[in-house]
Order: sequence, then C-alpha cells, then structure tokens
Amino acid sequence: MPFEASVAAPDGLHTFPRLLFHHAKVRGNAPAMREKDLGIWQTWTWSEVADRVRSLACGLAELGFKRGDNLAIIGDNRPHLYMTMTAVQCLGGVPVPLYQDAVAAEMLFVLQDAGIRFAVVEDQEQVDKLLEVKDQLPLLEHIIYDDPRGMRHYTQTFIHDIHELMEMGRIHDRNHPDFLNAEVDKGHYDDVSVMLYTSGTTGKPKGVCQTHAAFIAAAQGGVQVDGMTADGDILSYLPMAWVGDHLFSFAQAMVAGFAINCPESGDTVMTDLREIGPTYYFAPPRVFESLLTQVMIRMEDAGALKRRIFHYFMDVAKRCGAEILDGKPVSFTDRFIYGLGNILVYGPLRNVLGLSRVRVAYTAGAAIGPDLFRFYRSIGINLKQFYGQTETCAYVCLQPNGEIKLDSVGRPAPGVEIKIADNGEVLVKGPMLLKEYYKRPDATAESINADGYFMTGDAGFIDEDGHLKIIDRAKDVGKLKNGAMFAPNYIENKLKFFQHIKEVVCFGHDRDMVCAFVNIDMGAVGNWAERRGIAYSGYTDLAGKPEVLELIRQCVEEVNAALVSDSMVADSQIHRFLVLHKELDPDDDELTRTRKVRRNFVAEKYAVLIEALYSGKASQFIETEVKFEDGRRGKVSADLKIVDAKTYPIVKKAA
Amino acid sequence: MNMHSEVAQLSQSSSHKKIGGVILDLQNISLRFGGVKALTDISFDIREHEIRAIIGPNGAGKSSMLNVINGVYHPQEGKIIFRGQERKKMEPHMAASQGIARTFQNIALFKGMTVLDNIMTGRITKMKSTFVEHALWFGRARNEELEHRRKVEEVIDFLEIQHIRKTPVGRLPYGLQKRVELGRALAAEPSMLLLDEPMAGMNVEEKQDMCRFILDVNDQFGTTIVLIEHDMGVVMDISDRVVVLDYGKKIGDGVPDEVKNNEEVIRAYLGAGH
Repeated sequence: MPFEASVAAPDGLHTFPRLLFHHAKVRGNAPAMREKDLGIWQTWTWSEVADRVRSLACGLAELGFKRGDNLAIIGDNRPHLYMTMTAVQCLGGVPVPLYQDAVAAEMLFVLQDAGIRFAVVEDQEQVDKLLEVKDQLPLLEHIIYDDPRGMRHYTQTFIHDIHELMEMGRIHDRNHPDFLNAEVDKGHYDDVSVMLYTSGTTGKPKGVCQTHAAFIAAAQGGVQVDGMTADGDILSYLPMAWVGDHLFSFAQAMVAGFAINCPESGDTVMTDLREIGPTYYFAPPRVFESLLTQVMIRMEDAGALKRRIFHYFMDVAKRCGAEILDGKPVSFTDRFIYGLGNILVYGPLRNVLGLSRVRVAYTAGAAIGPDLFRFYRSIGINLKQFYGQTETCAYVCLQPNGEIKLDSVGRPAPGVEIKIADNGEVLVKGPMLLKEYYKRPDATAESINADGYFMTGDAGFIDEDGHLKIIDRAKDVGKLKNGAMFAPNYIENKLKFFQHIKEVVCFGHDRDMVCAFVNIDMGAVGNWAERRGIAYSGYTDLAGKPEVLELIRQCVEEVNAALVSDSMVADSQIHRFLVLHKELDPDDDELTRTRKVRRNFVAEKYAVLIEALYSGKASQFIETEVKFEDGRRGKVSADLKIVDAKTYPIVKKAA
Repeated sequence: MNMHSEVAQLSQSSSHKKIGGVILDLQNISLRFGGVKALTDISFDIREHEIRAIIGPNGAGKSSMLNVINGVYHPQEGKIIFRGQERKKMEPHMAASQGIARTFQNIALFKGMTVLDNIMTGRITKMKSTFVEHALWFGRARNEELEHRRKVEEVIDFLEIQHIRKTPVGRLPYGLQKRVELGRALAAEPSMLLLDEPMAGMNVEEKQDMCRFILDVNDQFGTTIVLIEHDMGVVMDISDRVVVLDYGKKIGDGVPDEVKNNEEVIRAYLGAGH
C-alpha cells in the first residue's frame, strides 16, 4: 500500500519507541507528560519520559519479559502507565490496556485470553482485583503497581513497586548498555503495537491486534487533517483501554509530539480541564451534554440581567456563530454583535468550560444532538465529529474544517477507502485496519471480506457531498410487521437529545408498533422537579411521578412529530412507553463499559415489561436485582405506569 | 452483612501492627455537673497504636469521657496519666499541642471556608511565624505556608477529596463534611485521634469509606484512635478493644468478642427482659 511507504519514510520512525527516542533527541526539554500530584502539576519532558521508559523496559526485561509477551495495563490515565506502554513496545511485547472500572470477574476473560504474564496496574484497588482471580490465572507471574498507598503489607514476592522496577532497570541498563537499543532496532512496523479489546456489545470481547504502522498511519492522517503541532496539550481522561484514547493520547501525541495531561482523579476532570486549557480535546457526546446542562442549570440560578444578556447573545450565536466559524459570509451587523458577544458571553463561557485554547475538539462514539453540536460551534469551539471503530484505529472519517454537517461524520480520512455494500453496510479499507483478532482467525476472516475491506457492521450511505452518514448498527436495523424499516438507534438518539432523557431502548422489530423504555436524567429532571416543588426520594420515586411521565410524554410526542415528516421512518413513531425504575448500568450488564445499551440483554431481562407494553396493560409490577459498586446486591421494585403517546397520521406523499 | 465482613478482612490484613504500651491511663474518673453524675469511678487505659472504642446507649457518658480526655472537662475525682505523667488541670489547646486531635459529633467546621482552608486550620499548632509575618507574606511565613500546604495536600490525597479542594464546606453533603473534619484532625499529625461518632448519619457506602480511612490512618501513621460509635457492626469489626459505659458507669471492657458476650452489656443494649 502506498501509505505504508510514507509511514516508514521519515528517518525510519516507524515504531512508537523510535518516535519516542526521536522526540527525546529533537525536543528533549519540551513537556511530554503532566500529572497533577498533591495539587501541583508535575511535568516530565520528552527526555525524562524516554529515560523512564528505558528504565521500565530494562526492568521488565530483568524480570523475564520477552518479545511477543502480552502485558496488561490497568488503571486511570497515569503517566507511568503510558510510559509502560512504550516500554513494552521497546521489548517487542504487546501492551493490553483493560478498562479500569471493570470488576475482577469481567477482567478475567481478557487476562486469560491474552495469556497475561505481567500486569502493570495503578494502585491497591487493581492489585486486589488481580489477587482475587489469581488462582484462575496460572500464567500471571508479576504484578507491578504505580501508587504505593496501602501496599505496605503486601508481602507477596511477585508484587513490585514500579519505582523498584525502574531501579532494577537502571542497573540492568548500566550493565548492558546496548541491550535496549538493540531491542528497539529489532522492532518492525508490522509488529503488533497494542491489543485493544472490543467492548463486547455482542458476545465475548475480542482482542484487536493493531500494528505500529496502522496506528502511526491513523495518527499521521489525523495530525495532517487538523494541522496539529508539537506545542499542543491534550487532557487524557478517557479509559486507556478505549481506542479513542489510544489514538489521541498515545499515537497522535507520539507522532505530533504534543503533551498529554493526566487529571488528578476522575472527579477533578472539570477543574483540571480549566487549569490545563487543552488545545485539543476529545469527549463523547454525553460529556459535552453534561457540560451544557451544568451551564444551563447555573444560568437559571443567575440574576435576571445576566440571564437576559446570556439569552440575547446565545440567540445571536445561534443565528450566525457557526457560519462565522465556518468562514461563510455573514452580514456586518451580525459580525459586530457576535464580536461583542464574544467579549461578554462566549469568551467567558469558553473559559468556564476550560475550552479557551481549544483549536479542535472532537466527539464520537454516539450520535450528538444537533442543538448540542450547534451550541458549541456557535460559541466558537471548533467541535467536529469523526467515525471509526477499534478495528480501524478509530480512523475512518473526519469532518474537515469548513465542511461541518450535523448529521454526517465527514469525508473519508486520508488513505481510507469507503464502500457501501448492497445491504447498506459500510465497508472500509486502508492502512489502519486491524492485523487480526487475537487467536480468532475465524472472527478475522468473518470481518474482512475477500477484497480486503473491513465490514464495520454499521449501516449508512454516502451523501451528495461525499460525506458518510451512519444510520444504525446494521444488525439492529429491523423491520416492523408492515415491512417498514425500523432503526432503533435513530429514534433513540432523537429522544436522547432531550436533556431530561438519559437513555432509551426502543423495540419494534417484528412487531406492529414501536414501544420504548426511557431512563430519565437524574440531574436535569431532579432540578426540574425541585423548581416545581415536586418532592421525591430517589431515582425510582422520581421516575414514577405523574408529572415526570407527562414531561417525558411531551418529549416522545415531539419526536413522533419529527418522525412523521420523514417518510423513511414515519412508521416508527413511538406508541407506548414507560420510564424504567432504575438506571441502566454497566454493573448490571445492561450497558457496555462504553455505555452502549446491550439491547438483547435488556430485552430478555425486562421481557415482562415488553409484554406489558404490547399487551395494552396500564401498569406492570417489576422487581429487579441490582449490583452496587462494591459488589453488594439489592433489590429495586416498582409498579410502572405505561403511557400512551400521541402519534400522527402518516400522510402519503403523492408518488 | 457483607460490608462488615469486608471491613473485617481489612482489619485482619493489618492485624500484624504493633500495639505498644499504655499511653493514657484513666484511673477512677468521676465527673459531676452540679448534682448530675456524668461519670462515676471509671478506669480504663489506652495503648499506643490501638483502636479503642467507647460504646454505650444514649446518655451513657461517652462524649463526656472524650471531653475529659482532651481537657474540655475536668473530673472532680480520679487521675489521668498521659505518657507516664499525671496530668494536671489542662485546657483543650494544650491537648492539641500534645498531639491529641479530635472530631465532633456535630460537625464543627467553618462552613463558609473552603475544604483546603478548613484543613489548613488543623496546622495552626504547628505554625511558628507571627501574625505580622503572615499578613505581609514575609520571611519564614512564606516557606512555612508552603510546607503546611504540602502536608495539607497529602491529607487531601489520603482522604481522596481532591475534587472538593476549593469547595466551601457548607455546600458539601454530610458524609464529605465528616471526611473533611477528619482531614483537619489529621493535618495536626496527631499521635492520638479522638473521633466522636464519625459515622453517625452516614449511608452504608460512606460508612465503609470512613472505616477504611480510620483503619488506614491507624495502619499507616500508627495513630492511636479513640472512637465513639453507635454502629455495633463497625465497632466490633475495626476496634482492638472496647469499653462499654452505661449511666456513667463502666460495665464492660475487653476485646470485641468478650464484650459481645458480656451479660451486662447485652442487658444494657437490649433491655432487662432479654
């Protein structure tokens, strides 16, 4: 492939370790990583990072880590964990990041599947999880931890402090000064650089093996499209096991040479965001949504004058903000008022959000609401969407500057080829495709067709401007009894754009009408209820309030009104719905760790509710077992009311 | 309950800590307020590095006992021997400078101040520079404050409250306020920590967190902990020894298992009929 050649070209920098040592040479004193520790941001320069990676790699080698071994990385985004990733690659091993909030039993499969001998983890919590399942992991030999807190009494000889490991490495390096350079030189761009497990929306997770060449190609493409430079900053706060974080915080940082910043803890991300003021920001839609919700809630509490100024200028921004950002012609008066608004409202607002310095912000992973998307663009934040999956290094389509469309995911990225199959499935080809699924030749063969295209499993089409539009998961797209297309995600997303609705699951395949489960957004609806003096004791209580049901009914009917105007989906109007008595939760297996609904599981678990929806009952009693974060179990029960929503008659267009 | 077994596991894992000699010996303490007898002839001791619980029904005199220990109340009779020396009449601030810190049953924080500032007040006994130096941010005040701030940050890190560092305490939920109060006590780097119902009004999860912090403090810093608590499960799981008061008298003293099976204790808790 021509693209691979260009990867290998510049100074032979075709593996991540080589890139790291290159940066250490050319910009040794520039910041590479930051972490907030004891309330103060600590900086590591590229040469310091290279030093530590060296020690880590030598330390691992001293412990017996070999070429081809897999090493598990479990924890929040920590500089040492990112360094470990490169250290492992130096030795020709494969880092396998795991989702840090998974319980031990969930990790077990991946740890077994990948044949993990070494694990580098963040803290005591993760060590405990590994110890819990250690007897089922006969291959596991060494556990290395980063944070020594609470680890004093662990006397097991196979548990090591990461600083001990580095010290060991330093000694090893002194005794064998040529060892590591030789190991790095053995690295080839066709070696697997990382193994990322798919979230397992369907069946068991699969290990996606990506090569250095693939991730470097994907990163170079992204860097090229957005003109990213070495003086940037990114806040790395999304799970390291997720392909997006690996692309943005690892691969692109390595390729472009910008700095990654690790927040103090998961709860401080908002403060850290403001302090760092990243130039490059990635967040799934729900983060942008909760940011906006917070702003709106705070605005409602503000004084009348402030509120009026805010709303006046937000109207202006809505009218012309996005156009100004896209460089389209806008009248002089609008430009002037927008400039004024920039000083009074948009600028301070961007500052509050921590997005003052952002050059490019990305969102992906789920559909983003048009209002939400427009809001950020209209206040001058260059928010864009991209499309990709673990198997394609999260790199298929990008929205180029100035060509932003709300409902498309943009044009094919440099080097990527896209084709739509006859059944509407999106097929992609390019240098960023997976090498294989780990130990699953059957799955590899299934996902890549004879012409070398990867089958994404998403249904979509390419519009007249050459932009890709995604409708739904190909396998989720079903048919109603009358033969009309039923794309559940499409409807659910429309509903989720309402701030009061957090999650929706629609049913309708092989049925004569569409019904839905709704999860309310506790923050937004709670605030709404407070303002109306509606007393409630918790989620279950609030979800059952007649006022809330009425509120949700209005949302559903609005969506129905929108659906009826689009002939493709007019039949998918929601006839009946209920508000679930508990939030769907990954701990109860209802959502994946990336918070996608596991549709079939939910349908099975709540079969009695679906039955009630379709049998015309007015209410249904349900009792559900829930798992708390600490592993305890409890029961939630409620008598759920089922609400009929107004649907609109379909007006057949004259053919 | 699951929570208790988990906490029990925790306390077992740290059971190899060293319990030292007696550091505080209370002998025949009696305390009266006018005609009301709050404490009658109570004797017990507290050893170094142990977790010592004081339990008893409402009005048993637990908080009075704590107040005697840190010098708020002065018993009419009895001797208090602290680190081998008989203690004369003492004021609370003297207790503080001797390394005794405490938290309160009703949270006593400065509601309008941030978490950081509240915890900083715990460092007050360690500050040496003068008011003027502080006001002018001059001389040793500067270095001193940096040093104190570092210590406070360690406490914040230890208690995992980074996200509320700059939040006014009054805006925090109850469980977190309790944690901040513990933080302020810890900032004083005490050798003995008095906790007055640290888990009152908390939900199960918050209690579990608090238990973990108490055990961690005891384990990592070797702090002696004197604890008043109503939740029997918690007390039995985390304390090394328990003293039981009822109507101002001591009715039991010993390791949790002994106390649990003590007839008189059972009667005091469950009523005479049982």
